[in-house]
Amino acid sequence: MMDMMLQVLAPELLILIAAMTLLVGDTFWGHRYKALTFQLTLVSIALTALVILASFSTTSVQLFNGAFIRDGVADVLKLSMLFMTFFAFLFARDYLVQRNIERGEYYVLGLLSLLGMMVLASSYDMVTLFMGLEIMSLALYAMIAMQKDSGFAIESAMKYFVLGAMATGLLLYGMTLVYGNVGSLQLATIYQTLATTEESLVLSLGLVFILVGLAFKFGAAPFHNWVPDVYHGSPTGITLFLSSAPKIAAFALMFRLLIEGLEAALMQWQSILIILAILSLVVGNVIAIAQTNLKRMLAYSTISHMGFILLGFLTGNVGGYAAAMFYVVIYALMSLGGFAVIVALSRKGFEADNIADLAGLGKRNPVLALTMLVIVLSMAGIPPFVGFYAKLVVLTEVVEAGLTWLAVFAVVMSVIGAYYYLRVIKVMYFDQPAEENAHNADFANASLRYGLILVATLVLMLGILPDGLLTLFNDVMMY
Amino acid sequence: MSEMIQLSDVLLFGAVLFVLSLAGIFLNRKNLIIILMSIELMLLAVNTNLVAFSSFQGNMHGQVFVFFILTVAAAEAAIGLALLVLLFRNKHSINVDDLSEMKG
Repeated sequence: MMDMMLQVLAPELLILIAAMTLLVGDTFWGHRYKALTFQLTLVSIALTALVILASFSTTSVQLFNGAFIRDGVADVLKLSMLFMTFFAFLFARDYLVQRNIERGEYYVLGLLSLLGMMVLASSYDMVTLFMGLEIMSLALYAMIAMQKDSGFAIESAMKYFVLGAMATGLLLYGMTLVYGNVGSLQLATIYQTLATTEESLVLSLGLVFILVGLAFKFGAAPFHNWVPDVYHGSPTGITLFLSSAPKIAAFALMFRLLIEGLEAALMQWQSILIILAILSLVVGNVIAIAQTNLKRMLAYSTISHMGFILLGFLTGNVGGYAAAMFYVVIYALMSLGGFAVIVALSRKGFEADNIADLAGLGKRNPVLALTMLVIVLSMAGIPPFVGFYAKLVVLTEVVEAGLTWLAVFAVVMSVIGAYYYLRVIKVMYFDQPAEENAHNADFANASLRYGLILVATLVLMLGILPDGLLTLFNDVMMY
Repeated sequence: MSEMIQLSDVLLFGAVLFVLSLAGIFLNRKNLIIILMSIELMLLAVNTNLVAFSSFQGNMHGQVFVFFILTVAAAEAAIGLALLVLLFRNKHSINVDDLSEMKG
């Protein structure tokens, strides 16, 4: 029994031990060996990924009276979270060093946030869901606020905190109503009970609160107001992390709660999700056109991508959930790349977060411009890049669920969205840079250069050969 | 025994607390500390609900959940107040309206 527990919990335990060791260790070696904490963080993330790969689940195992589950979905989500976090730390390091916010605590908080996400991916009980969500969020609030002298960063941390805490409150209130209706906090029990009982008013009310809380966490319109401010105000190196792995965790939260817990109430939440998805697609794509700040633009593009993920959920079948999972992982990858380009362009005292700062990048740094081109085209959903394929699988499932009008609407919105993505490319290749930016923009270091090339290659290769990944996602959903 | 407290009474109390906390967050345009207090109140409303359901249904899950929520609420208050201190150092104000440097 003990052996099995250790095996199932190994990934979380490893990350927890790494975070605790680094928290204490950094106070001893932090002054002498500046890079050691950073290196050990990357090693522990890679090690955890290897452990998951070595013991990849083909069945589901439950622990602690069904509060914790390890199945294929959890493993896939955890692997992608680890991947995104690894590269987010790798890309952000120089940025943080230049701004004097690279301290041991940054990596410890990042690892703790990662731990929360992994618990979230594995939770099978409302208590574990809540704990995972809070471990993740509390660490994220603190990470944003690490740039103590920046009014922007603190302001966005405060906004994130207030709205995040309120979303948690709404989610919890909904959970209590579901608990009152079913008499259990376990998702499996809730699923079975709801399948046999008819709908009740208390349950519907609880569902509404849960959906509003989830929409806040996702950043879906009309609960999206915090997303642009938080993405804009946070230091870019941290936005990079914020916009990738936590979105996968938000997917995990929605999947566990809505699908594995409340799927029997599909008829009730489907229509609400349709409204959320439509609003997200409109708000994300239309308001993004008016943005001059690249980080804000990417934030609005996030909102529209969240609309697509909701589309996958509301189909109500396994294929749709797998498509949504594919989309969220691909989105996280593209977002990681997009913000990493801003990080690569910025220097000490220059954030490079306006679209105009990209002017002439095609000549100033062809490799970086090409990477950005690939990522932006992929976000716009243009073949052969993987963003196109992600949109395609989601829309196929939406059409198969009999909601053709919704698929057509999503396509129209994507076409509108293509405008602001293409504008970025136009600025990069055809605009003249401002006087002070006219010099070359070489990569500050090799890890950023090769990491970005890797991300762009993945975006291209997965777009040409998406079947392997998609089959895997479909398979793990079946367990 | 019509004077005995019913489940609906406690739920109504919880709902009132919850609505008060939401009003505190959205209607308040003056002081951030009131927002932090409202967030705590919101979690207390949730706890009231959980305890009510738990005790009227006779299962303990809800009351165990309450302990987790209380603990997390304490951690959350700590982070919120720390952010508030940082905010005051930067802006010399904890007025909600001053939190609007970013627009777009």
